Amino acid sequence: MAGPSIDALGQFTLTPGLGPVGRALGFTNSNEAMLASALIIIGLFAAGLSARALVPGRLQSLVEMLYEFVHNMCVDTIGEEGRRFFPLVFTIFSFILLGNLLGLFPYFFAFTSHIAVTLALALFVFLFSTGVGFYTHGLGFLRFFVPAGVPGWLLPLLIPIEIISYLSRPVSLSVRLFANMTAGHVMWEVFAGFMLMLTAGLGVLGAIAAIIPLGLNVALAALELLVAGLQAYVFAILTCLYLHDAVHMH
Amino acid sequence: MRRLSTALLLALAPSAALAEGKMPQMDFSNPLTGDQVGWMVVILVVLYLALSRWGLPQVGKVLEDRAAAIARDLAAARAAKLEADRAVSLLNATLAAARANAQAEVAEAVAQAKAKAAAQAAELNARMEAKLAEAEARIEAARTAALAAIKPVAAEAAQEMLRRLIGAAPPADELAREVDAALVARKAA
Repeated sequence: MAGPSIDALGQFTLTPGLGPVGRALGFTNSNEAMLASALIIIGLFAAGLSARALVPGRLQSLVEMLYEFVHNMCVDTIGEEGRRFFPLVFTIFSFILLGNLLGLFPYFFAFTSHIAVTLALALFVFLFSTGVGFYTHGLGFLRFFVPAGVPGWLLPLLIPIEIISYLSRPVSLSVRLFANMTAGHVMWEVFAGFMLMLTAGLGVLGAIAAIIPLGLNVALAALELLVAGLQAYVFAILTCLYLHDAVHMH
Repeated sequence: MRRLSTALLLALAPSAALAEGKMPQMDFSNPLTGDQVGWMVVILVVLYLALSRWGLPQVGKVLEDRAAAIARDLAAARAAKLEADRAVSLLNATLAAARANAQAEVAEAVAQAKAKAAAQAAELNARMEAKLAEAEARIEAARTAALAAIKPVAAEAAQEMLRRLIGAAPPADELAREVDAALVARKAA
């Protein structure tokens, strides 16, 4: 095909970041975005905590709202024990949220669209919650895989199902985030590429027609903003849910 | 039609791209794919430490302080309201006591005035009674005196009339007895 073609996946290519130092240390462009996310979070806290006013300003309100949102999510989902896991859940939630949101900006790498990243996060959550389960209940945590109130002859069937469903948690957790972010960015790229193709193929007429994919991209931007927040929330609430299972076993 | 072709392209593009087998996320032969996870661990550990040791406790403290300040203000307001209620009830009690006191004093003054008036009236009455009695006694004395004066006159007149009629007169003392009897009879009649 002559002229521009749609390279929807090139945006996900990893390249060394931070110049020659990054090249030597394997620091990638996705790590740059991660660093930016972490710095923005810490900067937000530093700015929000500078006044410590009784009646908060905007930034302080933002930080307090984030805090209370995640704190309530932890306590409501996990219970009183959720306070112990609150810093962890907050770190994961804010990191993913900032990653999703930063990824929406041009030139920013959406690191949550990499399965290696989301799988690592999901595996950590899975292993951590399983560890909490065994730490809290000892080997009794294995009873979690025995559904209560089920006739005995069904157990040989149900226990493997329970175990498989438990083991599939990190897969669903990671693929959900990865697929959502990838799909959104691919669609954006496709529509943007389609605008170029229309213009190159049909000239002025094509440029006018390109308004349609442009409008779609504008609508997509709103949708992706929603998805960015929603997927971070879903990841965090599922983390809380898994921790709830580990702590309460039901 | 254009919309349809757009949608068609949208539906086909990702699968077409995937068919080319160039999905960078799935390229695990690229060392950077693993490296980024290693660096993510470093960044996340630092972020976790910063948030759990510094950021979140500080925000928690700000929120706690605010809740404490609000609770303190509410408690102070509640105490002030209690104080005000007590002051109002005290005021009401004082007002009621003062009113009762004043009414009692008024009643006492009225009773005193009435008693004084009654005593004055009684005294006046007694003085009038005494004057009346004295007057009556005077009248009685006068009457008795007059009656006593009549007796010798009546006896003398009766003696003279008898002398002229029959030429003789009964003894004076008998005549005086008769006149007395007649007077007593008249009085009885």
